[in-house]
Amino acid sequence: MTYKIKRDAMEKPFALDVDTDSICQPPSSSTLLIDRTFRMFARLGVFVVLALVVALVLEIGVKAIPGIQKYGLDMLTGTVWDVGQQQFGILPAIWGTLYSSLIALLIGGFFGISMAIFLTQDFLPARLAAVFRTIVELLAAIPSVVYGLWGIFVVIPFIRPLTDVLNESFGWIPFFSSTLSGPGLLPAALVLAIMILPTIAAVSQDALRSVPLKTKQAAYGMGATHWEAILKVMVPTAATGIFGSLVLGLGRALGETMALAMLVGNSNQISLSLFAPANTLAALLALNFPEAGPNEIGVLMYAALVLMVITLMVNILGSMMIMYAQRGVKA
Amino acid sequence: MSDTQPPPSRATPSLQRKFEGRALRSMVLSGLVWFLAILTSVPLLSVLYMLITQGGARLNMEVFTELPPAGFEMDGGFGNALVGTFFMVGIAALIAIPVGIMAAIFLAELGPSSKLATAARFAAKTLTGVPSILAGVFAYALVVITTGTYSAPAGGVALAVLMLPIVVLTAEEAMRMVPKVMKDAAYGMGCTHTQVIWQIVLPTGMPAILTGVMLAIARAAGETAPLLFTALFSNYWLLQEGHLAVMSPTASMAVLIYNFSGMPFDNQLELAWAASLVLVMIVLIVNIVSRIFGKPKF
Repeated sequence: MTYKIKRDAMEKPFALDVDTDSICQPPSSSTLLIDRTFRMFARLGVFVVLALVVALVLEIGVKAIPGIQKYGLDMLTGTVWDVGQQQFGILPAIWGTLYSSLIALLIGGFFGISMAIFLTQDFLPARLAAVFRTIVELLAAIPSVVYGLWGIFVVIPFIRPLTDVLNESFGWIPFFSSTLSGPGLLPAALVLAIMILPTIAAVSQDALRSVPLKTKQAAYGMGATHWEAILKVMVPTAATGIFGSLVLGLGRALGETMALAMLVGNSNQISLSLFAPANTLAALLALNFPEAGPNEIGVLMYAALVLMVITLMVNILGSMMIMYAQRGVKA
Repeated sequence: MSDTQPPPSRATPSLQRKFEGRALRSMVLSGLVWFLAILTSVPLLSVLYMLITQGGARLNMEVFTELPPAGFEMDGGFGNALVGTFFMVGIAALIAIPVGIMAAIFLAELGPSSKLATAARFAAKTLTGVPSILAGVFAYALVVITTGTYSAPAGGVALAVLMLPIVVLTAEEAMRMVPKVMKDAAYGMGCTHTQVIWQIVLPTGMPAILTGVMLAIARAAGETAPLLFTALFSNYWLLQEGHLAVMSPTASMAVLIYNFSGMPFDNQLELAWAASLVLVMIVLIVNIVSRIFGKPKF
């Protein structure tokens, strides 16, 4: 292909008269138009993402106003939920949400961080590590409703004899002060722990992996054993990221719905007992929304708003910690 | 275990004892994480075992073609729920994938460090943390209250809210993996942004983008909470008397499992297990396929 420049172009270099047969051309006006339109659409996509967050907050917030006006703070401190008498207290649900998530976090966090250490700190040949990594990822892939079904038919029957023994021998401890009669807090929290474990393991793995190799080598060079290097050097260095993973795990636990709606018992009571049935905000929404009348919708939107505020705060805190941790490693 | 051998003889006995204690503690802890790791895989194996034994026993051709049974009826299936799940995930994908990929193009190529991009990235990350039930509440407020009926589009919107951030974040990541030299070569030849994106970035990043899209679809297919009070459930086919009953309650696999799990009838419980098996199979197959095709080729 030739690129012919006509004689007068030498005199007027900015008015190149281009041979239209050539592959080399400045973009035509239609190309530029397409470019501009396409870029506009891409920008539009970004605005949709932003608008979605705003709409999510506004839509739930605005629809919650009638409920807030009518019941105000009494709803947050009320303990009775009785649609017939128009009494709506969500304190037991808030308590159940926090309590079940905390127990799940204790168990899931312990296992998740152990798994992250196991997968990143040279315990396994690469191929075997891939197997365990796949197991963790598959745990995350199973739908929560299937975990709920599994919880009803496997976890509850499995732990029930155990809880009876604990209640008989240690019934004076408030945690064991009742027996498990079917659904309850402990089976729900156990299943919840399994569900948040993959999140915690994945994010903690990233945190541990981003610790520079030199740091570990320096620890070994000082004569540290494998576990001294892990517990005294690697984990503290990755601490912010690991803590962020726990906060994100907590965020997931607070908002998880199905496993809890199926396993927690949906009983509005505040009890320290691990074996007592309880309720959570998400389960409350799941159970009451399908049959809600116009008045209850305002109340339920209010409850949804409370759940949203709690989870958003926890999640933003977690993301910020992880961002901070990543910046710290880079610096 | 050569590194646990006693230290050279010059060491004093107390130092030697101390060293052995440290090495022992190290070994005990190693044993503990092995134990914990194996314990972690027990729930997965147990779930899969239950699905195969309980669900597999009930699985036959009829469950795919028949309607859900009432309590005392025998047989039956979840054909309409399977159709409903595909339909609603399809609606969600039609909304979330184009918007998500467009947004990702902006984030990765057009204005990666602009304020708009930073805000959108933060928004997408925030959305991934939004509990799925709140997506349902949102769709309820937006679609169900507005149209006055539970419907498949309402369920689709709820699922789209959950899919969108996954698509945005994974597609952005995928496009960032495209080597800069390839893009620079195209820009150097005078290509416009659009040409570079369509002819270099999208084709090269496609496998990884598809992985993200498939993972988002797999996640949406298994979601229950957003559908509970947006699509509700239906005992009838989506296609009724020759026309699509779009604006009416729609069945889905996940809600069927939830509804039947609390039933006292064995037939419905068996179907819940069979539906769980089918749902998990779909989700796992989509996951595995996306992993195989999603391996970056550069």
